[in-house]
Amino acid sequence: MAVLFIAVSTVSVKTILSGLKPLIIIIVLTGLLNMFYTSGTVLVEFWIIKITREGIINAAYMVSRIIMLITATFMLTYTTSPLSLTDGLERLLSFLKRFKVPIHELSMMMSIALRFIPTLIEETGKIMNAQNARGADFDTGGLVKKAKAMIPLLVPLFISAFKRADELAVAMESRCYHGGEGRTRMRVLRMRAADWVVIALSIMLCVASWLLRGVTL
Amino acid sequence: MSVPILKTEGLTHVYSQGTPFETTAVENVDFQAERGEYLAVIGHTGSGKSTFIQHLNGLIRPTSGRVLFDGEDISKSKEKLRNIRFKVGMVFQYPEYQLFEETVYKDIAYGPGNMKLSKSEIDERVREAAAFTGLSEDLFEKSPFELSGGQKRRVAIAGIMAMRPEVLILDEPTAGLDPVGREDILANIRKYHDSMGSTIIMVSHSMEEVAKNAQRLVVMSGGHIVMDGSPAQVFEHGRELTEMGLDIPIAAQIAMKLRDMGLSVDKSVFTVKQLADSLVRMGRKDCD
Repeated sequence: MAVLFIAVSTVSVKTILSGLKPLIIIIVLTGLLNMFYTSGTVLVEFWIIKITREGIINAAYMVSRIIMLITATFMLTYTTSPLSLTDGLERLLSFLKRFKVPIHELSMMMSIALRFIPTLIEETGKIMNAQNARGADFDTGGLVKKAKAMIPLLVPLFISAFKRADELAVAMESRCYHGGEGRTRMRVLRMRAADWVVIALSIMLCVASWLLRGVTL
Repeated sequence: MSVPILKTEGLTHVYSQGTPFETTAVENVDFQAERGEYLAVIGHTGSGKSTFIQHLNGLIRPTSGRVLFDGEDISKSKEKLRNIRFKVGMVFQYPEYQLFEETVYKDIAYGPGNMKLSKSEIDERVREAAAFTGLSEDLFEKSPFELSGGQKRRVAIAGIMAMRPEVLILDEPTAGLDPVGREDILANIRKYHDSMGSTIIMVSHSMEEVAKNAQRLVVMSGGHIVMDGSPAQVFEHGRELTEMGLDIPIAAQIAMKLRDMGLSVDKSVFTVKQLADSLVRMGRKDCD
């Protein structure tokens, strides 16, 4: 399934592999631990190391699970922009509107939050440089000293974030923004054949794995 | 000749080296600043000037090349680098965003406090810096966030001046201020320069400002220093500057136009007064 997704998408295998790279230690460790610490029929015994049949199977399961989990999230973030992601989420959860849950507002908040992450990172860098130029020291000292050293960074960061939020609110209001009621969209999401196919395949996969849950090799 | 206070040798900086986004911001820059000089770095957006000046106090490490302060490599050790930051003060663009303390006094004292000076020494420096920037002492106990934009900027600049840097670098210190505020800040900087004998390096977009204040101009374009000389020398190349997307002072523009029309206006004219004098002289000659 995951292989199929990758083949269909335009994301190259190389980017995904490079995404897996930082997690290699975790993957290898999980594999090894599962291999050595599962009891069962012994295949190879050497000094204190025992490799069992069940261990190998377990390890393979765990490793493929982790890899699958990561590729699935990768596929999502690489193929779908945060904007269409929140749009989709809004559509999916729109049934909650009947229960007076402000879905539009929530998804708007989410897209604004996502939009401002890079801005905040940039801002942090700038302030850090400015305080470094005044002799701030962010890296040395104990925990308390380090926490204290963060004050000159956090205070300006919060102030500018609040200011930005204020400005954004004014800008939105001056363009007559007033929530979701009767609002049309610039991008309209429509279900296409491909979407139905993916959904059908996913459901099939779920059902299949549920039916196979008891089967072991 | 004495050792220049700041010097760069073959300074090169490449961003995101080894990725498809690799860009060379500064390339092979040899530069030096003498003690007590007031110089200005000009160049349009993306000319590498911001990257360049951030090397001068070690905020960015060069990809290759060296930065020398008083003849010594500044990135020798971490301890040395921190000391350099006190000696080479850097005022960033819109420095008021770095204010964080509860009171103006404490904020100005933050830099000197990091230098581990005695209380009385810090107090003396804070008062001195406030005097340079024209902040009255009744503002000391106020929160910096209650002040006006221009006053905030002065507090931020005072915060750097209080470290008594031997070299004061300012990145567009007048951006976003009204004309009176600009003039005030420039006068503050001049005062600091004159009474401390420090080197001033100012980055600016405004040629009028630069023409009036700096003794030497360094023009950057495409990561290189393309011109370096006195304002008169640099503004002689008015046409090249315009081609680089830079403004030239209005007087120099008029002089250039007049020369195009066949009048023999002096090439080194760049202030209104010089232009007027030059025109009067020409008029006299015609009368004779």
